[in-house]
Amino acid sequence: MARRAVSRCPLPSTDPVGTQPLLAVRDLRVRFRTAEGFVQAAAGVSYDLFGGEVLGIVGESGSGKTVSAMAILGLLPATAEVTGEIVYRGQDLLDLPTEELRQVRGRRIAMVFQDALAALNPLHRVGSQIAEAITTHQHDVGRRELRDRTVQLLADVGIPNAASAARRYPHEFSGGMRQRAVIAMAMANDPEVIIADEPTTALDVTTQAQVLEVLETMRRRTGSAMVLITHNLGVVTGVADRVLVMYAGKVVESGAIGQVFGEPAHPYTLGLIGSMPHLEQEGGRLRRIAGHPPSLIHVPRGCAFHPRCPYAQVPAPCAIEVPALRTATGPGHQSACHLTGALPPQPTG
Amino acid sequence: MTEGSTEPGATGHKSAAGPLLRRLFRRPAAIAALVLVVPPIVAGVLAGQIAPGNPKAQAYPTFRPPSGEFLMGTDNEGRAMLAMVVHGLSTSLVTVVAVVAISAVIGVTVGALSGYRGGVVDSLLMRIVDMVQAVPSFFLAIVAFAVLGSGQDKLIILLGLTSWTPLARVVRAQVLSVKRREFVQAARSLGSSGIRTVLRHVLPNVVPAVAVLLPLLASRVVLIEAGLAFLGLGDPNRLSLGYLISNAQPHLQYYWWMSVFPGLVLTSLVLGFNLLGDACNDLLIRASGGSVLIDRASPARSRGPRVDGAAGSIEVSAAID
Repeated sequence: MARRAVSRCPLPSTDPVGTQPLLAVRDLRVRFRTAEGFVQAAAGVSYDLFGGEVLGIVGESGSGKTVSAMAILGLLPATAEVTGEIVYRGQDLLDLPTEELRQVRGRRIAMVFQDALAALNPLHRVGSQIAEAITTHQHDVGRRELRDRTVQLLADVGIPNAASAARRYPHEFSGGMRQRAVIAMAMANDPEVIIADEPTTALDVTTQAQVLEVLETMRRRTGSAMVLITHNLGVVTGVADRVLVMYAGKVVESGAIGQVFGEPAHPYTLGLIGSMPHLEQEGGRLRRIAGHPPSLIHVPRGCAFHPRCPYAQVPAPCAIEVPALRTATGPGHQSACHLTGALPPQPTG
Repeated sequence: MTEGSTEPGATGHKSAAGPLLRRLFRRPAAIAALVLVVPPIVAGVLAGQIAPGNPKAQAYPTFRPPSGEFLMGTDNEGRAMLAMVVHGLSTSLVTVVAVVAISAVIGVTVGALSGYRGGVVDSLLMRIVDMVQAVPSFFLAIVAFAVLGSGQDKLIILLGLTSWTPLARVVRAQVLSVKRREFVQAARSLGSSGIRTVLRHVLPNVVPAVAVLLPLLASRVVLIEAGLAFLGLGDPNRLSLGYLISNAQPHLQYYWWMSVFPGLVLTSLVLGFNLLGDACNDLLIRASGGSVLIDRASPARSRGPRVDGAAGSIEVSAAID
């Protein structure tokens, strides 16, 4: 296979951080075959992740956030059809043989799961699960060193009495501790990319902030880049450098945090920001986006958001043409809306 | 939820095996099972110590009733019943252990492979399971022994190669459900290889289901071994409870001890194994909300929607009893 030889460069690239993306997702499409038809979970998602940065992906449930992240590590069920490119350090992960992909999983790109109780095996002690994360990729670690590193990892993520905690089972941990343990597992091999799928959603609010802080501290220590998937805008604004807003399997807006939340260019983003609760607004009802997220089997024609969009110009162009991503307020800020630049001024301020 | 609800592990998530075993042996059925099963097992294991020498030696007077000298009496050929019963038990146990071991290895391997890999591998393996399951092992044994001559090794191989199918089905169904759980995904996301994931994360969660089936399989093996010997198809070099019962038949009217003792021991063993399996199954229902013998078994067969429950239960119990 001479054709492949060019793209195979398993050696770490000498490229300095920042100029070339660490992870480049290009036109990622994922669909599932079901009895009622194809479910298009991701419909042409593209983005870059640069070394050391945090990219937030926000959107409602069913917008394809999780699916596009799972596709990176090839963890989707066999019923999923995945096309496009996921280029990590010059290699397309979608073309990678299983064994080589396995070497990437956990070592280069690690995942933090949403439901930590479900992500930990109930039958094994927490320490042994973290140790397993280490030995999966590092076979020559001695028993003593392994134990020390396990305990150190647990201590790093802020679990008190790490040595005795390592000997306990997941069900003996509190929700926050479990999530910390899951973070420790993900960080066990100092990955370059962390994919955090709703890491704080299952936790109560006070724990959320702590766990997020632990995740951020660990990430900074290793200099990893992170894809942070969430539906919580507060989480994104606190941690992310750039943000990607997804709707019905597509990226509808992307840009730096300041751009997207300061000068939102897509009506959906406006709606999301508008529906955030504010402490200073007394009384009144929470605002919401009218309607429901579309079924991914029958996505509306044209712009998928048009049936819910207060600014939609129906039929043309919104219900006819699929809007492409184009530059909105400045470099790096893109929005997929026909009315980009022509939206009426916002009442919120 | 009554007794276990104070334990943190009782809320749907099984903790380690230790507490589970302790909960198992708190159940009356499990205690009864142990009372029935343990004495015959001990007697069978210690057969050489309890009755040294050749149990078939015709060393005593014939037809002696049970007494201080002959606890279970003697038979028509002047052999001590006690010695023959314990050696018969030992034959049963050797057969059971060997058959269960062979079945467990094949059944768990096939089930795990089928459930974890899915696709063509799954379809192929499940069709093989269907074919093997269609073979009535008892009659196959009769035919095989009629042609090849009987022997314990032949019986073990034959039963081992035909008894693993319910295990494979149940393991497959369990693996199908366990592999969708997030910790399996998590292990894979960390780079765990397929084999490692199955051995460390999937199979340990399947153990309770296997624990239900093994005692049931054991009781079935005991019965088949005794049944064949009863028909005169047992290993001629080994004693069997079935042979003893068959040998006692002509004397049933006058010399009750010749049939009652082997019969009691056989019943105790079979009943005990069955109760043990039931107790495990009850515990499993409590612990995880799913019975191996009822709902979990039927998805093993069909891919499409189907009315579950009773059909699966019959399928599995029919395969076992």
